[in-house]
Amino acid sequence: MAITHEFKYFRPTNLAEIIELLHKYGDKAKLLAGGTDLTVNIKENIEQPEAVIDIKAVPELSILDNGKDGLFIGANVTFTDLLEAKAIQKDYLLLWEAARSVASVGIRNRATLIGNICSAVPSLDSAPALLCYDAVVHLQNYKGKREVPISEWFLGPRKTARKADELVLGVSLLKPRGKHTGCYLKLGRYNGEDLAQAGLALLASASDDYKAAWCAVGPVPKRSSKIEDLLHGKSITPELIRKAKALVADEISPITDLRASREYRLHLCEIMLERGLQVCQMRLQGKKIDTRNILGG
Amino acid sequence: MAKISFILNEEKRSVEVEPNQTLLDVLRDKLGVKSPKCGCDRGDCGACAVLLNGRSVRSCLILAVEVEGQEVRTLEGISQPKLTQLQENFVAMNSFQCGFCTPGVIITATELLEKNPHPDLAEIQEALSGNLCRCTGYKPIFEAILKTAKRGRS
Repeated sequence: MAITHEFKYFRPTNLAEIIELLHKYGDKAKLLAGGTDLTVNIKENIEQPEAVIDIKAVPELSILDNGKDGLFIGANVTFTDLLEAKAIQKDYLLLWEAARSVASVGIRNRATLIGNICSAVPSLDSAPALLCYDAVVHLQNYKGKREVPISEWFLGPRKTARKADELVLGVSLLKPRGKHTGCYLKLGRYNGEDLAQAGLALLASASDDYKAAWCAVGPVPKRSSKIEDLLHGKSITPELIRKAKALVADEISPITDLRASREYRLHLCEIMLERGLQVCQMRLQGKKIDTRNILGG
Repeated sequence: MAKISFILNEEKRSVEVEPNQTLLDVLRDKLGVKSPKCGCDRGDCGACAVLLNGRSVRSCLILAVEVEGQEVRTLEGISQPKLTQLQENFVAMNSFQCGFCTPGVIITATELLEKNPHPDLAEIQEALSGNLCRCTGYKPIFEAILKTAKRGRS
């Protein structure tokens, strides 16, 4: 199918040019990185931009910097780039597991993490991990730079805090202190290319500090403070898991759609929390666990 | 119209394109490269897969203008100067029926074997999860890739 909509294509080679184009075109421009969402949306006339600004020729936006205190992921960094960085698997395990669960190789080779959070569909796999690592989104427009915590980034399905003339430079993540582990569990209809029916990221430290965040079970991905507060300072026991599961229904608001019913999601989210906490416990004990089959095949 | 130049199957090619033409359409309709197929046209089926700078991508989701100065490989390039062992195994083991998905499957499997010469079945299934085949039930496809993977394993 040919694309019927016509647009101007720009391929700036530095940040200043992108900012200038965004200032000029505003909401009539769309930024293009991997294009795995944008091209489909243009084909289907969901988006009809006057200008498409390809940002891939700007080297600063391809930075993937794993520093002592944190990680910076530039706007052009693809999911495959993340998966190929061994240090990310070691230091940011839930982000790595989330990246691995996105679509298929051919999409991950092109799709960017920043594109994922800018598309902001409720099922986006990268958000729960970013929420657990207290990520900060870095933006720039012609007036200057600003930062938005990831907890304030998602405003609704496909809606973010980004203004039309802003470029997302990247996200920064805080490196968890001390001994820690975590996991990302994704419920799909099968193992393979699928959108999440529900997603759960857990970050757990050896000193019993926990973070938990969901996707696909509410209009926006979010942290679960009630569950985190309950778990805080306690070691995982069957009794604690039972109490945590009882809080799940208060913390999420799934809908019924063609992929799953609300009731199914509510039930499976309790199971995911149980198995996710068990995985964290075993990983803290040094056991090797592959989370891909933890919810069944 | 803009003129773009890129490396296609180790040959420098230049072509006039509109910004809204996809790489898939330009390869098939302007450059006569017919191995990438238009299946779903939205990145789900893998029939249009090509290698861009060594990584498999969906040519239906890439604008032709984006590949200026880059390197594209299709099945036509992979098959030169002769069929690869993977392709020979596909032929020998009847790993395709209608053949529509095959170019995309070969592209994806070629990338997998370049990165990981000895994948196990689970790794092959994961790598192929974005390539839909409606004829074979995947079994002969996985078997041909496994056979290629086992060659030379020490």
